Amino acid sequence: MKPAPFDYIRATSIDHACALLAEAGGGAQLLAGGQTLMPLLALRMSQPFILIDIGHLPELQGIAPHGGGLRIGAATRQADALVNPLLAQALPVFVTALAHVGHHQTRNRGTIGGSIALGEPAAEMPATAVALGASMTLRSTRGARTIAADDLYLGPYATAIAPDELLVAIDYPAWPADAVPLFREVARRPGDFALVGLVGALAIADGRIERAGIAWFGMGPTPIRARQAEQALVGQAIDRIDVQAIADLAIADSAPFDDGHASAAYRRSVGRRIFANGLMQALDRRLAA
Amino acid sequence: MSEHRISMTVNGQQHRGLVDGRLMLSDWLREAAGYTGVHVGCEQGVCGACTVIVDGRAVRSCLMLAVQADGCSLTTVEGLAAADGTLHPVQQALKDNHGLQCGFCTPGIVMTLAALRADGARPDEAAMTEAMSGHLCRCTGYQGIRRAIRQLAAEDGTP
Ligand SMILES: Cc1cc2nc3c(=O)[nH]c(=O)nc-3n(C[C@@H](O)[C@H](O)[C@H](O)COP(=O)(O)OP(=O)(O)OC[C@H]3O[C@@H](n4cnc5c(N)ncnc54)[C@H](O)[C@@H]3O)c2cc1C
Ligand code: FES
Ligand code: FES
Repeated sequence: MKPAPFDYIRATSIDHACALLAEAGGGAQLLAGGQTLMPLLALRMSQPFILIDIGHLPELQGIAPHGGGLRIGAATRQADALVNPLLAQALPVFVTALAHVGHHQTRNRGTIGGSIALGEPAAEMPATAVALGASMTLRSTRGARTIAADDLYLGPYATAIAPDELLVAIDYPAWPADAVPLFREVARRPGDFALVGLVGALAIADGRIERAGIAWFGMGPTPIRARQAEQALVGQAIDRIDVQAIADLAIADSAPFDDGHASAAYRRSVGRRIFANGLMQALDRRLAA
Repeated sequence: MSEHRISMTVNGQQHRGLVDGRLMLSDWLREAAGYTGVHVGCEQGVCGACTVIVDGRAVRSCLMLAVQADGCSLTTVEGLAAADGTLHPVQQALKDNHGLQCGFCTPGIVMTLAALRADGARPDEAAMTEAMSGHLCRCTGYQGIRRAIRQLAAEDGTP
């Protein structure tokens, strides 16, 4: 058997899972879709004493309108979200990003919350949450709290989720139905983690950008909001935007590093280009409409 | 270390067992239940050889614990051909188009395509090709697999 020994417990409710987490004092791991955790267990890079399965809990499933936006239960399967009509209508860029998360087979088990809780810097879902301004509801035996995606990510695989906390749901605020989606990803093969990627949305009214949410993935230790670019875009007339200058601002906020897949210089160079091209095409499409 | 009583249906047959919490579904299917058509390549989610159908969905059986399949209905490659040996259309299409050589990756590919076409669903070529990103094949260069997919789409009238 590949993983080190552990006790497997199928949680019967969120409360049950939280009680088990509290009792385990850091020795437990939550199991959602298992598409990241199982390989880590097989490689013995993760050796929990207790594995608490939450993937099947009905309380953690589903996508529903909430506070004007949409609430996604943490254990909603990626494959289910991909074909959800509410999401397709309200947040099309989310669906585009999700289609790039792994493969058909991994999305059949992988969950939205598992990807967000993991905090892989090159993953699509964390950056999408940051870009769209999502917030996370966390639960523990100590109570519930809400945290903004902007404050969730501390470093590679490091989040503000405490060892005794469970991510219950992710809330995405409303974006106008005609918001311009921005998505670009460069990966070696479809389904691989991104070498460089960006995701976001632009709300446009009367030919001007009213609201911009854009984040990088694979461009630093965490997903990174392109804050300077967002600020420069808001208020501008869409036929007057200096796309190259905005791309420079976006790169200024990124913090890519060298790794076995690509150098920081490559990421910056490719990132700048996909940002400029992505923004230009998105604006052109809107101007032509 | 926990032990669990499990029961599941595999290819229409009821199976029961007592498993360690850490036993992978792929290992249980091969070693306890005897379904050696479930191939294990990487055992870490990358290659897709271990793909089986669990409650209608193609999943990697090396990324699921056996205990998680308790109560589920599974299909492995052994469960596809008819009793008289007539191949499933996906198997036939791969055979017709040299979609396999050593056959190591093949059961996984067959299960993904069979799941996509279950219950009369008829995915188009693009959907089937997209799902192939989840499978690695070291032999065929993929072109035979792509031809098999095109044949399936043509037979289905979904180009
Ligand atoms: C071949 C392959 C390719 C992939 N490619 C990509 C890709 O391109 N992009 C991408 O983003 N991902 C990719 N992934 C990973 C993706 O498939 C996973 O689904 C995702 O990273 C984790 O989700 P999960 O539900 O499987 O979580 P699990 O593996 O079950 O858990 C992951 C971690 O999150 C914690 N966790 C899970 N749920 C919660 C919760 N509700 N509250 C608190 N903590 C929780 C777990 O304890 C664990 O530490 C790939 C995986 C594979 C096998
Ligand atoms: S053996 Fe399961 S994906 Fe490779
Ligand atoms: S036929 Fe040999 S690996 Fe695919």
